Amino acid sequence: MKDLLNGWGVTAAVFLPLVGALVMLAIPKSEETLHKVVALVTSLAVFVVGVALLWDFDYDHTAVLQYGQDKSWIELINARYLVGIDGISLPLIALTMLVVPLVIIYSWDHFPAPHNPKAFLILILVLETGMVGTFVAQDLLLFFVFFELVLLPMYFMIGVWGGEQRKYASLKFFLYTAFGSALMIVSILATYFLSPKIAVAGQGMMHTFSIPELAHWHGGGLARTTTLLVFGGFFMGFGIKVPMFPFHTWLPDAHTQAPTQGSVILAAVLLKLGTYGFVRIAIPILPVGAKAWAPVIGLLAVIGIIYGALGCLAQTDMKRLIAFSSVAHMGYVMLGIATLTDFGINAAIFGMVAHGLITGMLFFIAGSVKDRFHTLEIKRLGGLLLQAPRMGWLLGFSVMASLGLPGLAGFWGEFPAILSAYQPAEGLNIGLFRGFMVVAALGTVFAAGYLLWLLQRVAFGTPTEEFEDEHIHDMHFTDYVAWTPMIVLIVVLGIVPGLIFKVTNQAVVHSLIHIGS
Amino acid sequence: MLTHVWIIPLIPALSFVAILAIGKRLPKKGAEIGIASVAICLVLALATGTGWISRVNHPPESAHAEATAQSVEGHEAEATATASATEGEPAASADAEHAEGGAEAEEHHVTPPVQRNVTWFETGDVTVKAGTLIDGLSALMLVIVTFISLLVHVFSTDYVGGDRRETHYFAFLSLFTAAMLFYVISDNTLQMVVGWELVGLCSFALIGHWWEEKPNSDAALKAFLTNRVGDIGLLVGVIILYFAAGKTFDVLSLNTQANAGLIEHNLLLIGSLCLITAVMSKSGQFVLHTWLPDAMAGPTPVSALIHAATMVVAGIYLVARNYGVFFNGLSIGTANVNALAVVGCVTLLFGAFLAFVQTDIKKVLAYSTVSQLGYMVTALGVGGWTAAIFHLFTHAIFKACLFLGSGSLAHHIHSFDMKKDMGGMRKRMPITFWTFLIGTAALMGLPLITAGFWSKDEILAGAHQLGGDGGYRFAVIMGLMGAVCTCAYMTRAIWYVFYGEPRGKSAEHDLHENGPRITVPLIILATGSILVGYANLPEKVFGIGVPESLSLRFEHFIEPTGAYFPSADNSFSHPEFVPWIALVSALAIVIGAGGAYLWYFKDKGPHGITERNKVARTGYKVLENKYYLDWLYTDVIVGFVKGPFARATNWFNQNILDGVVNSVGKGARGAGEFVYHRIDQGVVDNVVKGSGLAAEGSGSVLRKTQNGKVQWYAAYLFLGATILAAIFVIVAS
Amino acid sequence: MFLNQFLLLAAALFCIGVYGVIARKNGVMVLMSIELILNAVNINLVAFSAMWFNTPGANPLAGQVFALFVIAVAAAEVGVGLAIVLAIFRNYKTVDLDQVDLMKG
Repeated sequence: MKDLLNGWGVTAAVFLPLVGALVMLAIPKSEETLHKVVALVTSLAVFVVGVALLWDFDYDHTAVLQYGQDKSWIELINARYLVGIDGISLPLIALTMLVVPLVIIYSWDHFPAPHNPKAFLILILVLETGMVGTFVAQDLLLFFVFFELVLLPMYFMIGVWGGEQRKYASLKFFLYTAFGSALMIVSILATYFLSPKIAVAGQGMMHTFSIPELAHWHGGGLARTTTLLVFGGFFMGFGIKVPMFPFHTWLPDAHTQAPTQGSVILAAVLLKLGTYGFVRIAIPILPVGAKAWAPVIGLLAVIGIIYGALGCLAQTDMKRLIAFSSVAHMGYVMLGIATLTDFGINAAIFGMVAHGLITGMLFFIAGSVKDRFHTLEIKRLGGLLLQAPRMGWLLGFSVMASLGLPGLAGFWGEFPAILSAYQPAEGLNIGLFRGFMVVAALGTVFAAGYLLWLLQRVAFGTPTEEFEDEHIHDMHFTDYVAWTPMIVLIVVLGIVPGLIFKVTNQAVVHSLIHIGS
Repeated sequence: MLTHVWIIPLIPALSFVAILAIGKRLPKKGAEIGIASVAICLVLALATGTGWISRVNHPPESAHAEATAQSVEGHEAEATATASATEGEPAASADAEHAEGGAEAEEHHVTPPVQRNVTWFETGDVTVKAGTLIDGLSALMLVIVTFISLLVHVFSTDYVGGDRRETHYFAFLSLFTAAMLFYVISDNTLQMVVGWELVGLCSFALIGHWWEEKPNSDAALKAFLTNRVGDIGLLVGVIILYFAAGKTFDVLSLNTQANAGLIEHNLLLIGSLCLITAVMSKSGQFVLHTWLPDAMAGPTPVSALIHAATMVVAGIYLVARNYGVFFNGLSIGTANVNALAVVGCVTLLFGAFLAFVQTDIKKVLAYSTVSQLGYMVTALGVGGWTAAIFHLFTHAIFKACLFLGSGSLAHHIHSFDMKKDMGGMRKRMPITFWTFLIGTAALMGLPLITAGFWSKDEILAGAHQLGGDGGYRFAVIMGLMGAVCTCAYMTRAIWYVFYGEPRGKSAEHDLHENGPRITVPLIILATGSILVGYANLPEKVFGIGVPESLSLRFEHFIEPTGAYFPSADNSFSHPEFVPWIALVSALAIVIGAGGAYLWYFKDKGPHGITERNKVARTGYKVLENKYYLDWLYTDVIVGFVKGPFARATNWFNQNILDGVVNSVGKGARGAGEFVYHRIDQGVVDNVVKGSGLAAEGSGSVLRKTQNGKVQWYAAYLFLGATILAAIFVIVAS
Repeated sequence: MFLNQFLLLAAALFCIGVYGVIARKNGVMVLMSIELILNAVNINLVAFSAMWFNTPGANPLAGQVFALFVIAVAAAEVGVGLAIVLAIFRNYKTVDLDQVDLMKG
């Protein structure tokens, strides 16, 4: 069992969804149930692999790359199939593997127009491969391939199954991210060529894409300007994906237009690719650049917090509001990262998982509201607690979790991030970061403001005349199945935050050894 | 029991889950689970209290030895505390300070608090612990919370019986009890933040209990948001103190270090100022108090439990628990004025003014709560720690009595409007009347017989005697003025409610006294309003000595004695009974209550002055509009942020930021079109087209050779072969 | 020389064949002319082979084998060719190649 996992565990997790997708390609389009079953079974199989990986993970040495695989891929440029899991990637992989089956279950009965479960589910499975692959890749080029692989299915998902302005939104999403990727690949190549050659078995000295090797090198001997520019490339690539103010404008459109399933995956996992990139690649490889950029990142993060919150207050559409709240929440994550302290980055990873669960949950609910009321305009809604009490309660629960109520997961992403800003890594301007801390704390008030405002107008009060007599179906069976794990996790992580901190801690400390704090 | 207090909050927490899960199917809709769990908690809390009292009477030997053996600083002290806690032994916080002065330790019995903790989680180089801390203060709070909660539960079975959401109501009462208990037994500030926010959540849910009506949900939102504003201070303060104390949230360690002077004074000052913001919001201190009166939108028992007796004193508890920080940070022992005392004094006076103009009896009581909380904050601000906690204790009981009394009054008429819907209730609801009257007497501080007198008097005495030269003189004056106002507005309320002729709804209804589930809690609380005052008799009252076994029992058992509490070294001292203050405050009752009696009961005095006199009219108007604070917050600040500011941001987002993106997109498209039409179609394509034309021309010539005749083809072939042969020959030769 | 006569004979045969292919209208005659060309080649092959018969290192029978191979292919070709002519005759009722211009571009 252990040998099998070590040898094939990660590869299976990455490519099983693709196998499932290939099987589905062979099945005729009309066999819808079969498609659903195949997709679900595939994603569950991936989940089982994930559980096995989690089970067998050595939690005492989370800084060590586990289940590693190192095979030659493109010999000419020494790009390798180098994968593995450590404490930083583990929580995010687990999150991905959990969310995908839930999304498929949720889709069971409500596929968005134009229906076509075959294509839709295939896209989701391809997405899963891309997402898991990004989190396990330890080779820059491999990382980049998976990072880009994610883009296409999401593009089609928004562009085909999206709302009225889907074409605009999907194109914007694609171009924006592709623009960032273009700068990122430049940085990747720069890193490749500027780093010293290492000995490769049977091929003499060669440059390398290996992330652990590059982190070991950590940009030694680079001119400061070069470091800054290379980091800047990474910053654009990842920052757009996060998204950081002012590169966030693709997000509200993409979220609003995407089908519910797309929004959930987008919020739960896709945004984390960016922050993960910072933690995994940009900071360990270029610590000097990170230090120079940290004040900028921190500033943009706190601007994002306040700005996102203000944006939320002005929204009239529930889904768009939740989308803007992502900008604010990812601001906390980025603030934690910007401090460059182990405490802050642990908080950031916790924040990623928490935000994935909570905002995913909010999008699920918004999707169900749309499904019942055929509108998400806040003005037209009201009295959800009367017409669909369970959904109303869950909305209240998610809102509370989202505004960072202690005892639920959201708090542990937010509070430690604020706390870490009090004392950032050595060499960063303490006064500046303390200012950030106060602004971020101010952001919690705004967060409470827009979220409670949403809750009040959607869940409280009485239904508007329009829907007064309409029979609104409360939660479906699939809703129960899809939402329960997320809610349980939100509560469990809120009470026992150590579950994640314990996993990430060593790996984060290890990734920061060259920051020198 | 002292080491296992973690069970106490767990019980109501489980009860919350149980009520939500099966409450609806039970005959009492879940109330029985709630009552049972809170009753168990009360028993356990009393056990804890008794355990603590016996611990004070017989301090553990080991702790004493430990205390003398150590002369350590904060960090090591914490380590010892943790070590002994893990062994299951009662933990001893370092009492280094006391141990040094051996003589003092003899005279001043040190009873170490019981701390017990486990590792909650580790991140970075920080280990965050979760644990319980039991000393006199937390034991007292456990008893108060469970006691009032139990009475409120019983009261509620009648009061909200048959409500549309009875089950949720009891579920949230349970959750609230759990959160509050969790809060008071916390041994570190992070855990306190958790409890603090959770009680806020329950408050939100219960204020908005009838959320169908917008005003209720508005009030709930306002409460939550105002508290969030204060929470900024809480978060920042906790963070500052966390770093100041060398990266620990531990309350004992933090305060021990603060008392020992190991923390920079500036940090303590900023930290305590931040925390004061939190206190202002949670405990309804002036400028952030506006949510508290609105919170009366919730069911009345909730107002009694949460917004009078327990939750709102969370802020007081925060200061009391971290008194080392505040005492040293604000130099309470040596100053004549400080932020805490000022906030308290302003609140106690301004709150009392507002109580005058209310017509809703619950709002009168709410502003009275604001004012009384002001007394407590003042007491803490002047150094009267025991007085503050004592007042917290007595206030919890008599204010719960008053609130439940107002609930009893309104139970049938469903209105709290004293002017419109009440009057003449004295005869028809005698038990409610008498209990309400006793509660009022306690609130006024009727000398010698009521609890309120002893606690309020101690505060005023403290303000007079403590602090630097001359004491906190302004606090004495404002406190006395507040007392006058208190008496006056309560007399007014009594007049409107119980005397005169029945008006409005009370006239329409056939009113009668409520059942035992309502009256019994009232009677218990009224009795308490008289008796609990004797818990802390001064050593001398008007020159008459009180036997030692009776005097200052409260101070003896409740006030912490460890190094985490400011000691005499930090110029912390206790006030004594001051006869003239007692006399003056008695006089205040005469003036306040007497004046109001004349005005309302006898209809004497310049009635109608608010119409005639410009100054009086303006004053009245300011009061009626609550100093325009609500207008400032809701219309100006929130209105601006939610309205123009948010819209401007959104506009910026849509037009500027997105505009940039879109114009980049458009620009790219424009460039593309230019390239396509001009360059691509104009230049490159013409080249291509030219070649195409050439090909066509040549093709039409060559086409003719393709006549489909095989022999022609053969001829070409041979011709070609011949030519090739000729070339080869030429080349070869 | 010994070789020249054979080459001249082959060239003559070839020219007759080419003339036949180009000038004759009858499809069958054209086929026969193609046979002439092929046989001209055969003669060359055999002649060269004989000439190099005793040279060391060379394969003594390569030319002959090639000639046999060409004869076999030619037989097959004539078979196919006659079949085509037959098919043309059935469709056009003629074997005049000028009438058949299906391949006209």
